Formats: sequence, C-alpha cells, structure tokens
Amino acid sequence: MIAFIIKRTFLMIPQLLLLSVLIFFLAKQMPGDAVTGAFMGKPNVSAEQMEKIRQQHGLNDPWIVQYGRWIGDAIRGDFGQSFVHKQPVTQLLAGRIENTIWLSLATLIVTYLLAIPLGLIAGRWTGGFADQLIVTYNYVSFATPVFVFALLMLYVFGFVLDWFPSGGSVDIRMEEGSMEYMGDKLKHLVLPVLSGSLLLTYSTVQYLRNEIIETKVKDFVKTARAKGVPENVVYNRHILRHSMLPIAAFLGYEITGLIAGSVFIETIFSYPGLGRLFIDSIMARDFTVVTALVLISGAAVIVGTMLSDIILRIVDPRIRLG
Amino acid sequence: MRSNEAKTENRTFLSMIVHEIRHDRLAFYSILLLASIVVIAYCSPLFLSIDSITRIELSRIYQPPSTSYWFGTDDGGRDVFGQLLLGARNSLTIGVCVTLLAGLYGIVIGLLAGYYGGIVDQIICRVLDFLMILPSLMIIIVFVVIVPNYSVFNFILIMSAFAWFGKARLIRSRGLAEREQEYIQASKTLGTPDWKIMLFELLPNLSSLIIVNMTLTLAGNIGLETGLTFLGFGLPSGTPSLGTLIALAKNPDIVQNKWWVWLPAALLILVIMLCINYIGQAVKRAADARQRIG
Repeated sequence: MIAFIIKRTFLMIPQLLLLSVLIFFLAKQMPGDAVTGAFMGKPNVSAEQMEKIRQQHGLNDPWIVQYGRWIGDAIRGDFGQSFVHKQPVTQLLAGRIENTIWLSLATLIVTYLLAIPLGLIAGRWTGGFADQLIVTYNYVSFATPVFVFALLMLYVFGFVLDWFPSGGSVDIRMEEGSMEYMGDKLKHLVLPVLSGSLLLTYSTVQYLRNEIIETKVKDFVKTARAKGVPENVVYNRHILRHSMLPIAAFLGYEITGLIAGSVFIETIFSYPGLGRLFIDSIMARDFTVVTALVLISGAAVIVGTMLSDIILRIVDPRIRLG
Repeated sequence: MRSNEAKTENRTFLSMIVHEIRHDRLAFYSILLLASIVVIAYCSPLFLSIDSITRIELSRIYQPPSTSYWFGTDDGGRDVFGQLLLGARNSLTIGVCVTLLAGLYGIVIGLLAGYYGGIVDQIICRVLDFLMILPSLMIIIVFVVIVPNYSVFNFILIMSAFAWFGKARLIRSRGLAEREQEYIQASKTLGTPDWKIMLFELLPNLSSLIIVNMTLTLAGNIGLETGLTFLGFGLPSGTPSLGTLIALAKNPDIVQNKWWVWLPAALLILVIMLCINYIGQAVKRAADARQRIG
C-alpha cells in the first residue's frame, strides 16, 4: 500500500512538469509579452528602448532559461502582473478563489445529498415507479448541457418567479460579517449550486443503483436477512456501507467537471469566481491571468485525480492501476 | 426451432438496432423527431434565403413573436426562426464533423495500442493518462483565441483534437482482449501484414462498440460546440450556431424581457440532445446482448 502511494505520487511529477511546459509554450504563443503589456498606450517609449528592457528582463534568453525562471516564480506564487487590473496576478486570484471554493464545495455537498438517496431508492425498489422516475431524471441530466440548464434555472427562478437573486455573490449594501451578510451570500448561491449539482448527480446515482442491484443478492446480505435483520437495517447498514466507500473516492475525479461547469455557471450568474475571471481575462487579452488560471486548474485536476486513485485503492484493493 | 434460433443469432447489427428502436417507444419517437428536425433544418435553404436571414435591419430589432416573425427578431432585426434553422444546421454539421474526425484519431491510436500491446500500449496509455487530465475546456478556449486566421475549419480541428482520448482508451481495451482471439492469431501465423489484420479483422469486430460510442459522443460534441459559441469562443460570427442566439442571453435584460431570442434555441438544443441520447441508448442495448429487449 505504502509502495503504491509513493509510486502514484511520483507519477504526478512528470504530469505536472509536462503540464507546465505545455502551458509555457501556449503562453509564448499568446500575442504580446510583459514589456508590450506594461508599456501599452505609452507612445514615448521607442522600439529600441523596449528591446533594451526586454534584454534586461531576459525575454531574449533561450526558452529553457525562461521556462526555468517562469516555473520558479510560479512555484513561489508569483504569476506576474495583470495588465488590465494593474496588480499582481496572485493578489487578483486571492480575491476570487474564495468564491469559487464556496461554490464548488456547496455544489459537491448538494450533489451527494441528492444523489445518495436517489441511488438508494432506485437500487432498492428496482423497476418500481420511483426507480423509473429516477432513471428518467438520470437520462435527462446526463443529456442536458450545463449552460442551457443554468439559463433555464435563471429565467424561471431568477426572473419569472423571482425567488432568488439573478446574479453576483452578495448584495453590495450588506455589511460584511453580519448574519444578514451570510444569509444573503447563501441566497446568491442557491441557483448556481442547484444548476451544477442537479446535473452532476448522474454518475453517483448510476453507480450506486448498479452497486445495490448487484450487492442485494450477495451471500452476506442473504445471511443478514436469514438472521432476521429488518429490511431497513439490511439496506442502510449492510448494503449501503458496502457500496458507499468508493463514492467518497470519486470526489477527486469530479474536479474536471466542476472546473468546466464553473466557467459556464459563473458566467451566467455573474458570480465573481475564477471561472468568470478566466472568461473576462481572455476577452480582455489579459494573458498572464489566463496562463495562471490554466496552470492552477490543471494542477488541481492532477492532484485531485491522484488523491482519488489512492483513496480508491485503500477502500477497494481489487482496483489496480496501469 | 433450431433454424429459427440460428437466425436470431446471426442478425446484423443494423437490423438489431432497427429491432431495438421499434420496441422502445421513446427511442422511436426520438428518431422521428430528430429526423424531422434534420430534414427541416437542411431543407431550409429551399424556402428561406440565407441572405435575408443574416441581413441586419435596425428598424425592427427585438420584435416580439408575430405572424410575420414566428419567433420574433434578434439584436440585428434578424428573423429568429430563420436563424434557428440555420443555427441547427451548422451545429449539427459541425457536431458530426468533430465526431467523425475524433473517431478517426481514436480508432487509429486505439487500434495501434490494442493490437501491438506491450511497450507501444504502455507509451500510448501514459500519454492518454496525461491528455485526459488536461483542463480541456480552458485550453480549447486559449487555442481559439491565439490561432491566427481563425475559421470554422480551424475550430473543428481544435475541438476534435481534444475529443478523442476516451474513444482511444475504449478501443484499446477491447482491442487488447480481441487480439488474443484465435482468428487474429491464425492470421498472424499465415503472415497477413499487421495493417491488414487491424483494418479488416480487428476493426470490423469492434465496429458496434465504435458506433455506440460515436452516437453518444455526438450529443456531447454538439453540447460543447454550442456551449463554446455561447461563451463567445466557438463559431466565427459569420456562421450562426444555436449557441449564437443563446449568447445574447448573457445580458440579464434579454434573459428576462426578450425570451423569444434565446429560449427557442435553448429548448431546441435540449430536444436534440435528448433525442440523440435516447437513440444512443437503444443502439447501446442492441450492441450488448445482455441488455436487449426481446
């Protein structure tokens, strides 16, 4: 087990390295560099002077030197300057990351709160009316694109019924730290979170339903029944415990979906998080911010996948990798 | 009795799909609905001129639905109904192109890994492992922005470059199992060249798997294309997609008060996706003997 964890952790290093090289070359392809950006709109700086500054900042060095400097800075948390916001990228991200973490966390919690009972009901009463309803919901949620669903949610609950605020993360008139402030923040989270989690339940419901259908005919379940254990306890204790463990491990794999979803959801609900920052920055051609965001997202997925692999291996030693 | 059984065992994959869809009412209506959408969208040039649909007419912007404009007009005074048909046509065409191109990459790489196994497979798998964890939505958007002379053709290339990883892995794992079969071993002993075995023996035996996968990913690719266009990083502005109409809904005023601009397109995408998925599920059952309906 220890050997596996070490091996899996070391596998992550070439992945991170490759990711950073790929993003470095993508960044090099983006028009404009730190110098043109910093002197944008200052006509009194001549081309020769710019060239001199480039030389000073090492922008004419061989790529491997530039890469080394770039990745060294990135590891220390320095992603350069944002040309549009005129502040360090790190500072800009710090202001937004909290919102995205709240959104993602709430989305995950609601997803599991919905998916686990649904999967349990569908697996226990297979073929029944509730099961058919849940299977249909699962089909629909699998097929629906997140941006279409989020827009429909916004239209119906944000405008037509007007139950929830239609955008932002908190009302600006609220006083920070007060109870109303927290409550308002939660209210702003309802629609974005539901739009994400109602579609994310698909894989968990599907998995749990299949697991329970398979488990409920196994010998240990029959034994429990034969001993006279009540049906509810058979399901809630014996079967669920058996099937639930891998679900916790799938958490890390959900990160990819969460990141892609947050780009759409934050755009539609004008929620000030990292996904929205990504779209705004690429629209404004603010490429240092774009590069930092792609690098962070890629790294988050790599680390999440690694954690999931390890947890899955611990709860289910039959699973082998590679 | 015996001959009857043998007959059902030897049905072709196509007849199996037809059988499966005829016995699944939802899939049956899905295919009817999808077929009518496709026919109407592709035949629209017969009764609507693209010129008049895409011409900007500022005197009639954002008109609500009426008898002359069934779904009203958009921000440029263009007929939403006409744009809807044009957009559906473009979105479907691009979805199919991306799916076919990605299918080609996936088949080539998957067959190579599955047929040769060993070190070739090891290398391809490590590369796939890496590609699958890339934040592909973000990278596609970056590519769309930095590619010079951006066009529909470039867009298809970029999207398909990120759409084949899962397919390759699927074909590879089935190929690995298939290559142990006797008919492949026999062919190898007879000295048949590798490429011939791959193309004419291995590939036909994986075809049902590939068809199932392509049907299901077609829906996903249409969703991704319209999503990217919605964000503003999809089709160039000269080529309207279903996402182009929905993109107007990034303005809250339009979401709330001018629903006729974006709602029909959103619902049409939903209908197309549901139809393709239902058909895909029926095709999947046809390919899997354990799940077949009768």
